[in-house]
Amino acid sequence: MPEITRAAAPQDSRLWVERIPPAYWIIGVILLIIPSFASDFVMFQIFGWTFILGMIATSLMFLGGYGGMVSLAQMTFAGVAGYMVAIFGDSAITNISMGWPWYITIPLALLIAVIFATCIGWLAVRTEGIYTIMITLAIAAAFFYFTRQNYDIFNGFQGFNSVLPPRLFGVNWRGPEAFYYLTLFWAAATYFAVLYISRAPFGLALQGVRDNPRRMAALGFNVTAHRVAAYAFSAIPAGLGGILLTWQSAQISPGTVGIQPAIDILIIAVVGGMRHPAGAFIGAFLYVILKTFAVDVLIALGLSGDRFQLLIGLGFLLVVFFSEDGLLGLWHKLRASRARDPLTGERRS
Amino acid sequence: MRAVVARHPVWSGVLALLALILLYLVFAVWPDALIDRIGRKKVFLNALFNGITLGGLYFLVASGFTLIFGLMRNVNLAHGSLYLLGGYIGFFIADVTGLWLLAFPVAFLVVGLLGVLLQIFVFRRMEGQDLRQTLVTIGISIVLADLMLWGVGGDFYNINPPRWLSGPLETGLITSERVRSSGEVVTSYLKYPMVRIVIFLASVVIGVAMWLVLNRTRIGMLVRAGVDDRDMLSATGARIQLVFVGVFFFGAGLAGLAGVVGGTFQSVAPGEDIRFLLASLVVVIVGGMGSIPGAALGALLIGCAEQFGSVYFPTYAVVLTFLIMVVVLAFRPQGLLGRG
Repeated sequence: MPEITRAAAPQDSRLWVERIPPAYWIIGVILLIIPSFASDFVMFQIFGWTFILGMIATSLMFLGGYGGMVSLAQMTFAGVAGYMVAIFGDSAITNISMGWPWYITIPLALLIAVIFATCIGWLAVRTEGIYTIMITLAIAAAFFYFTRQNYDIFNGFQGFNSVLPPRLFGVNWRGPEAFYYLTLFWAAATYFAVLYISRAPFGLALQGVRDNPRRMAALGFNVTAHRVAAYAFSAIPAGLGGILLTWQSAQISPGTVGIQPAIDILIIAVVGGMRHPAGAFIGAFLYVILKTFAVDVLIALGLSGDRFQLLIGLGFLLVVFFSEDGLLGLWHKLRASRARDPLTGERRS
Repeated sequence: MRAVVARHPVWSGVLALLALILLYLVFAVWPDALIDRIGRKKVFLNALFNGITLGGLYFLVASGFTLIFGLMRNVNLAHGSLYLLGGYIGFFIADVTGLWLLAFPVAFLVVGLLGVLLQIFVFRRMEGQDLRQTLVTIGISIVLADLMLWGVGGDFYNINPPRWLSGPLETGLITSERVRSSGEVVTSYLKYPMVRIVIFLASVVIGVAMWLVLNRTRIGMLVRAGVDDRDMLSATGARIQLVFVGVFFFGAGLAGLAGVVGGTFQSVAPGEDIRFLLASLVVVIVGGMGSIPGAALGALLIGCAEQFGSVYFPTYAVVLTFLIMVVVLAFRPQGLLGRG
């Protein structure tokens, strides 16, 4: 019952700068100075990719953690935005790509991703819990097959290559440092936006809908509308992540939006923990580290490097098996047990 | 039957009309105008037969899935992996012993036992935690898929049916009637692979047997009671955990059995697990979760949609099945035969 005492505490009189927890200062400073010593590969491949996957996983964490809807279609939303940037913007496939300027392409891509997510959300919220996972999995598979078969718009199996970010302010945004800061900026924006929304009226209502839809409906909240709106909002970080992902690898193809990547996003969000946006980024960092270095470790251990998937699967299995809430859940459990007196079982003050 | 017709006169009329059209298309000799419009009758009949037999295979996979879900609310996303495992076991048994028929009971038993292990060590530990069960089964399916890839490699395997099943069967259905210039009429009949028909009949038998067991026996009564109210059933003294283990064994075993069938129909290869998991998901969503007749109807619909799709609109064949699912979800979220 610590919530009661906290509610009665007097208003914090510190400045807003002073109220930022020290952990944020430390992590913020570290993230900002990483480019001064890290190699190009670390910046572009490891951190860039972590931030991008973290953003897409955050969109899942937002839906799953605050809305109680675990969706496997987040990678699909990301893919829609990525594809739209390739179709409306520039790519090597000149007979499809329209070559419009970035200030039209990017908002349009995000808008289409949001509309797409709203339609999917409208369909998915007709179901609950476990059904949602299955339906979004089926939708992700349908989108994958559709893009693979459609040559008029999505250019089929090959997809689009040479999809590059615009040269804004004379900066090559695919350069390691520029890309690092670009992804860092959007990842931070996603993180704080999701935190802010979780405390805004909409987010609180959404959490109410998660915990007790009938009571929220009785209180006059439109349950379906809140859920669909959550899907629509989740498409924004996912779409941004999709666009950045397309720029990072300079291409997008059906493989980007396949079933495996969709499940990978779920793994990232679940392993990190669904109760806080930080979990998504922790999960993404672990995943990227594993994906990048697991092959070397496996070979060093005398196993074939192909067994990477096994390692990921086993790790995922262990985390899910022992913790209901990913690594963040384990951390909270640990803290709670440390805070308890081992003899009396009471909380230490 | 009469009550249903009285309640939904319009839908019954539409269904009857569709059935009549289908009967006409199957049995009549097609006039030239029709052939110009939608192609030769042989193509149509082949697509129909392929669709129905594929539906039989889908039914075998999906009925285990839906049975487990209906009774225990366990979503076993490792079901596709069980299917694939059954296929590999079937291939090696048939390859080593040369006995095709032996592959079925062995695959059924081994995969069923694996299902029992899953039930005891995974699902029982997490009863009532849907999401965690789902996530754990995703993890298991990833691990199993990679273990199988490790064990047998990425090759395609074909299970060969024995010789007495490998020939074609004269079905006696007329595909075309041509008048030669000499005046004699040449009638050609449809030939169809024997093994597919036999397997389809077997899956019909399994389906009917399952329905009979569920609706006419004491065990079936226990299972149905468990579907309706699990807590009340266990309060009456039924040993519900035993029923659970039994149903899980049977459902997983069916997936293994279907793996052997699938290996004979098509081939066993990595990636088939996800394909059949998705197929059974779509089938049970369309048919209605937890309903065996629903699984049969859904399997037929999806099998036919896939085959007709691949013949008549080849580019979007796969999308067609998902389209059916979306339409069903939008207008009847509980599935065609699901209880609302």
